[in-house]
Amino acid sequence: MTYKSLNDPFNPHSNLTHKASCDCPLCNSARQDPSRDGLTAGQRQDQLENALYESATSQPHASGQGATVHTPESGSAAFDSAEEMMDRAIESAVVRSVFGHNEMSRRAFLGLVGAGTAAAVFGALFPLAEAKAALKDSMGKLEKTKLDVGFVPITCATPIIMAHPMGFYAKYGLDVNVIKTAGWAVARDKSLSNEYDAAHMLTPMPLAMSMGAGSTAKPYIMPAVENINGQAIVLHVDHKDKRDPKQWKGFKFGVPFEYSMHNFLLRYYVAEHGLDPDKDIQIRVVPPPEMVANLRAGNLDGYLSPDPFNQRAVWEKVGFIHMLTKDIWEGHPCCAFACSKEFAVNNPNTYGALLRSIIDATHYSAKQENRSEIAEAIAPKNYLNQPVPVIQQVLTGRYADGLGGVMDVPNRIDFDPFPWHSMGVWILTQMKRWGYIKGDVNYRQIAEEVYLAADTARIMKELGYTPPGKTYQNYTIMGKEFDYTKPEEYVQSFKIRRS
Amino acid sequence: MHKSLPFRSALLSLVLLALFLAFWEGLNIVPRDTAPQSEYELLMGGASQEARVPPPSAVFSLALAELGNPFYDAGPNDKGIGIQLGYSIYRVLTGFLLAALVAIPIGFLVGMSPLMHKALNPFIQVLRPISPLAWMPLALFIIQDSEASAIFVIFICSIWPMLTNTAFGVSNVRQDWINVARTHELGPLKTAFQVILPAAAPTILTGMRISVGIAWLVIVAAEMLVGGTGIGYYVWNEWNNLDLASVIFSILMIGIVGMLLDMALGTVSRLVAYEE
Repeated sequence: MTYKSLNDPFNPHSNLTHKASCDCPLCNSARQDPSRDGLTAGQRQDQLENALYESATSQPHASGQGATVHTPESGSAAFDSAEEMMDRAIESAVVRSVFGHNEMSRRAFLGLVGAGTAAAVFGALFPLAEAKAALKDSMGKLEKTKLDVGFVPITCATPIIMAHPMGFYAKYGLDVNVIKTAGWAVARDKSLSNEYDAAHMLTPMPLAMSMGAGSTAKPYIMPAVENINGQAIVLHVDHKDKRDPKQWKGFKFGVPFEYSMHNFLLRYYVAEHGLDPDKDIQIRVVPPPEMVANLRAGNLDGYLSPDPFNQRAVWEKVGFIHMLTKDIWEGHPCCAFACSKEFAVNNPNTYGALLRSIIDATHYSAKQENRSEIAEAIAPKNYLNQPVPVIQQVLTGRYADGLGGVMDVPNRIDFDPFPWHSMGVWILTQMKRWGYIKGDVNYRQIAEEVYLAADTARIMKELGYTPPGKTYQNYTIMGKEFDYTKPEEYVQSFKIRRS
Repeated sequence: MHKSLPFRSALLSLVLLALFLAFWEGLNIVPRDTAPQSEYELLMGGASQEARVPPPSAVFSLALAELGNPFYDAGPNDKGIGIQLGYSIYRVLTGFLLAALVAIPIGFLVGMSPLMHKALNPFIQVLRPISPLAWMPLALFIIQDSEASAIFVIFICSIWPMLTNTAFGVSNVRQDWINVARTHELGPLKTAFQVILPAAAPTILTGMRISVGIAWLVIVAAEMLVGGTGIGYYVWNEWNNLDLASVIFSILMIGIVGMLLDMALGTVSRLVAYEE
C-alpha cells in the first residue's frame, strides 16, 4: 500500500497533495461518518496511524530500492522500515519547499529534466543526507519516557491536562504523570528542584525565573504558550452598580501570582482608568481555588483570575463577570508550557516529543468542535475537579454572566502555542513599569532567549500547522499602540508607573 | 435509676449528637424547584446549586461511598481516602521518629548537665515558638524535595515538646535514686539506662504524646501547601471544587486518625508508668 503524501517527490507523475479524489487511507477515513464507531477523533487517528505504520513496515521489500534510487512507476513504493518512510517524507518536504509548495511547477520542472537528474541536482544543492540524519536525531530514542509534568488546576492548563486523558502524550511514546500543584510558587519551587520535568506556568514566570526576579536565577525556556484570552474580572454581586472602575477606590482585588498576566492586565486596566494600582486599590496574591471563598467572605471585592473560578463565582451566585480580559487585549497570552533549559539540552528527544504532544494538544483544543468533549475529559477529580457545566461554559464560550444574560463569546478562551517574542517584550515592559525589574533591560534579548519561537515554528511545521512568518508584531491594548521596537519609550509613555 | 455514670454519660453523648444532627439536617432542607428552567437558570446551576453547608445525610452517604472503596487509585491526583491517610501517617511517623532519635538524647544531655542546659536553653527558647509552617519555604528551597520538606516540617515541630519534656523528666529524677545508684558504683551509662530512663519514661512519653498531636495538626497544613498526596491535599482538592460534603468528611477522618494516634501513645505510656 502507498499513500500519496509519501510518493516519490522526484517523479513528475506522482501527486504529492491530498485532493478531493485522493484515496489514501487518511483521506478515506476522514470522509467517513465520524460518529460511526463511537471512537473519539483521537482514538480513530491513532488506529489509523497504527494501521498505516504496520502496512508500511510489514510489506516485503520489493526491488531493493534505497532512499535515493527511484523506480519510475508511482504507486509501487513500499517501505521496508519506518526509517525509509521518514527519508521519503524528508525528501518530499525538501522538494516541495524548493518549489514553494507549488505542485504544478514541481511537476513541470521534473517533466523537463527527468527524475534521475532532478534527484542528483537536489542532492548536490541540498545536504539531504545531513538533513535526514539531523531530523532522525531529533526523533531518536527517548532519553526518558516517564515524566512528571505539573499543572495548576485551571482551564488555562487545558492542553497540558487533556493531553493525558486523550492520549496525546502516549501518541509520542511518553508516559506522563500530570501532577496537580497547589499554586505557582510551589510549581516554581518544584520545577527549580527538578521534581517536575516540565510544568504549566504563567507566561511571565520563565522570564522572571531566568532573570532571577522573585526566585533563584536558572535559565528557563518557554517553547509554547498554552492559552490566549481566558481570564476575566469578576466583582462581588453587591457591586453590580459599580461598573465604572473610577468607583473602585479602596477595593481589594485578588490576582493569582505577582508574575502573572492577571496582575499586569489588572494594573494596566485600572491605570488606564486613572487609578494607581498600588495606592488606590489593594492587590493581593490569592491562589485561584481560594478566590471564590474569599469573594463570598467579603475579603475581596473582586479579582482577575483564571477560569473556571470566574464562572464558578457566577455558578455559586456570589459574583458576576464584569469583563473578559480579551476586551482589554484581544489575544493576550496567559499560561505557558515551560521547562528548564537543562532538561531540554540533556533530553533533546524527550523534549521534542513532549513539545510535539503539547503543540498537537493545543491545536486540538483550539477547535471549537472539540471543546465539549475536552470539558468532559478534564472535569473529573484527577484533573480540574469541577462541575462539567462550569468547564463547558468556559471552553465553549456560551455562558451566564451573572447579570441575567447569556453570552456567546466563542473565543472567550482560545489556544495558540506560538510564543511571540513581542509578547515577551510587552511582559518585560510591564515588569519594568511596575518596578519588578530595575535598571536597563535588554528586552528583545531576554524574550528571544526564553521564548523559543524557532522550536515552536519548526515543530508546528513538522506537524502540518502553519506558524506565523515572523516572531514580532505590534499590539493595540485598550486603544493604545505597543511598538515592540520601542519598549523603553513605551514604559515611559505611561503616566502611572513606578519607574 | 441506678445506672452507672459511664452508661449515663454515653447516653447523654448520643442524645446531644442526635439533637445536633437533627438541627443541622433541619437547617438544610433544599428547596425543590420542579418548574422548567430557562437556559440562563441552567447555566447558573439551577436552584439547588446555591452554595450551602450540606446536611449530615449527604456527608454520611459520601462517607459510605468513600469508605466502601478506600484504596482506589485513579491517577496521581485522585486516590482513595485510605491511600491519602496512609501517606499522611507515613510522613508523620517518619518525621516524628527522626525527631525522637534526636530529641531524646539531647534532652538527656540537657537534663543531666546544668552546663549544657544553660548553653542550649537560649537556642531552644528561640526555635521552639516558631510555627512549623514558617520553615516550609526555607525547607523547600534548601532540601529541594517536597516530600522531604514535609517530613522536615514534622520533624522540626515534633522535636521541641520531646526535648523539653525529656530534659524536665531527667532533671527531676529523685536525688535519692541517683544516690543509691552511686552507692552501688554504677557507671554513668548504667545509671542513665537503668535508673534515670525508667524514672523519666512517663514524662518522656507525655512529651512524645504532645509531639504526635502537634505533628498531626501540622501535616494537614503542610500538605495543603505542597499538594500531591495526603489528607491535607485531599481537603485542598475538595476545597478547590468547593465540595463541602467531602471537606466535612475529611475533617472527621482527620479527627479520628488523630485520636487513634493519641490513643496508641497513651497505651504505651501506661505500659511504662509505675506506682510509687
